[in-house]
Amino acid sequence: MRKDWIMLPAVLILLMFPALTIAQPAEVVAEDSVENLTPIADSLSAEVPEDSVLAGGTDLRPVGREPLEEPGTVLLPPGMVTVADHPNDAGDQLIVVFEPSLSDEGLFAHAVYRREVGQGDDAWALVEVIPAGEPNEFVDGFDPDYPVEPGVQYEYMVAAQDLDGNEYQGPVSRAEITAMGEFYHTGKTRVLFAGGLFIFLIFYYFGRAQRGAKMYLRPIAGIDAVDEAIGRATEMGKPILYVPGLSSISDVATIASLTILGRVAKKIAQYGTPLMVPNRDPIVYTVADECVKQAYLEAGRPDAYDPDSVFFLTTSQFAFVAGVNGIMMREKPATNFYLGMFWAESLLLAETGSLSGAIQIAGTDAVTQLPFFITTCDYTLIGEELYAASAYLGREPKQIGAVKGQDACKAIIMGFITLALILGILDLTAGTHTLDWLRQIVTMPVVD
Amino acid sequence: MKRTVPLMIVMVGGILMMIQYFIPHQYSQVVFDNYTEWAPIVGAFALLLGVGSLTRVHSHRIKRKAPNWPYSWAVLIPLFGMPFLALIWPESLWGGSDSPSVFHFLFMNIQVPIQSTMFSLLAFYIASAAFRAFRAKSALATVLLLSAVIVMLAQVPIGEIFGPWLQNTGLWILRYPNLAAKRAIMLGVGFGILATNLKIIFGVERNWLGGAGE
Repeated sequence: MRKDWIMLPAVLILLMFPALTIAQPAEVVAEDSVENLTPIADSLSAEVPEDSVLAGGTDLRPVGREPLEEPGTVLLPPGMVTVADHPNDAGDQLIVVFEPSLSDEGLFAHAVYRREVGQGDDAWALVEVIPAGEPNEFVDGFDPDYPVEPGVQYEYMVAAQDLDGNEYQGPVSRAEITAMGEFYHTGKTRVLFAGGLFIFLIFYYFGRAQRGAKMYLRPIAGIDAVDEAIGRATEMGKPILYVPGLSSISDVATIASLTILGRVAKKIAQYGTPLMVPNRDPIVYTVADECVKQAYLEAGRPDAYDPDSVFFLTTSQFAFVAGVNGIMMREKPATNFYLGMFWAESLLLAETGSLSGAIQIAGTDAVTQLPFFITTCDYTLIGEELYAASAYLGREPKQIGAVKGQDACKAIIMGFITLALILGILDLTAGTHTLDWLRQIVTMPVVD
Repeated sequence: MKRTVPLMIVMVGGILMMIQYFIPHQYSQVVFDNYTEWAPIVGAFALLLGVGSLTRVHSHRIKRKAPNWPYSWAVLIPLFGMPFLALIWPESLWGGSDSPSVFHFLFMNIQVPIQSTMFSLLAFYIASAAFRAFRAKSALATVLLLSAVIVMLAQVPIGEIFGPWLQNTGLWILRYPNLAAKRAIMLGVGFGILATNLKIIFGVERNWLGGAGE
């Protein structure tokens, strides 16, 4: 019955259409059709009952006028919608696949609507518009305005849109499944395996180091020069400047820098040399302050600790540079340490330090800043050397074990690279595909 | 107790975050979101400590009449003056709503130009550093110099006059030797980050607590 009520005004409007086109110039009609037909089509889409002809997938013409360019062209509506749960998500995504409209001519896009089961016709929400020719599959749940809720059952409806904005709606399909979150990301199995292997190796070498095994660490010039640099400042009676990078405490390079600061500050305390530690991040400042204070305490020189030696400057990048450069030019520190994360300011700091005549030791894991430090500083800790520096300075068995664990992991990677090189050459010369086997082992298909 | 509690918090939090990485479920996401939302809150309070530190250091300098102590006024006056202008006197300089506020005027006409100047200095510093780096004192330094010249010329329009070989060689240097070295460093950095995280989570590295870990 309800279907008939909808059809009646539709038929009336269709009958009025030829009369209007005769009465108005063609251009005016064209504008009118664009402006007025879309809302009508939208209102239709909001009034699609489940038991209607639309729900059965019947070809139903929209309540609008026929396209002027091609009178009589009617799009076939899309078919049923199939919904599947998206794997490895938080239960907020669904994979939606629909049978596209079989009409090629005049098809502009497919509009996908969604509502919760049991909601009224006004609840249809346009969740995706897929241009014609694009795959008839998408992941629903990316739009933050229309989130997919876990455990909620939805209904979908796809409409074929023509160039005039008319919609030809397909059947309403109820999703048989609901979105569910998973408790394990199957795409991260390789990460889990590699991480587990790495942790095992680290602990294995921890154990070996604790049992007293002798482990060789190759000398790093930058770390060996720390004592010399502190001694130089002491002899000259000038302060030491330590910049723990410009990043926040969440950056591992900053944490590595603070661990080095603790050890450097302990040596500085023993020599009684003034120390200056300017900070850009307030949290890093508080941690650095505690590190230095504790280092002076452990060195047996708590009285020598100057509360003003560790200070906050500013969070602004170049204002920080201006402040530190000013300190360098006024105080003329004998030794500058730049250890941590640096960006564009690296060269500004290191070049000014070089001009002031200080011995400079830098270390960062920022690959793009390394050339600047290497050029302007006396010693540079490259990448992982920054993380190993604490172990070198402390010489504690567990710390050395961690470094050896890293080396073991690198050896495994080197083994893979060598194997890939051999297999690659074999494939090139013999025309085989053995490298694919290795690629399948190490390639990560899904990591969010 | 002073050390055990923070160590336990770090260990439990660290292990939770490690496990969370493998669990995409919404419960896991909620834990992660709540955890990460704490950081800005802590940061906001830490900023007060930072401002306190800056004020203390420069107050002491003024009080002690330390060398260059007048510069400390140049820090303290804007430090408190700018927030004062922004909060207490958000009016425009000449009245009305068409002209910018005093804070905005000072920010745009003092701080922004100063920061731009600092950044602009980088161009001159790069030239100075390049001059020092590219001195062909040894065979390796000569290779570096030649590589740099080729890569630089390959990036600029004038390089086209030498023919396509220059651009191809420049690209080859960037794509193969340069990228190989970068990847090697990044691989080492990745392992270093992992090892440092593990050392912190399992309490092997304790310097961040204050002290040298003994």
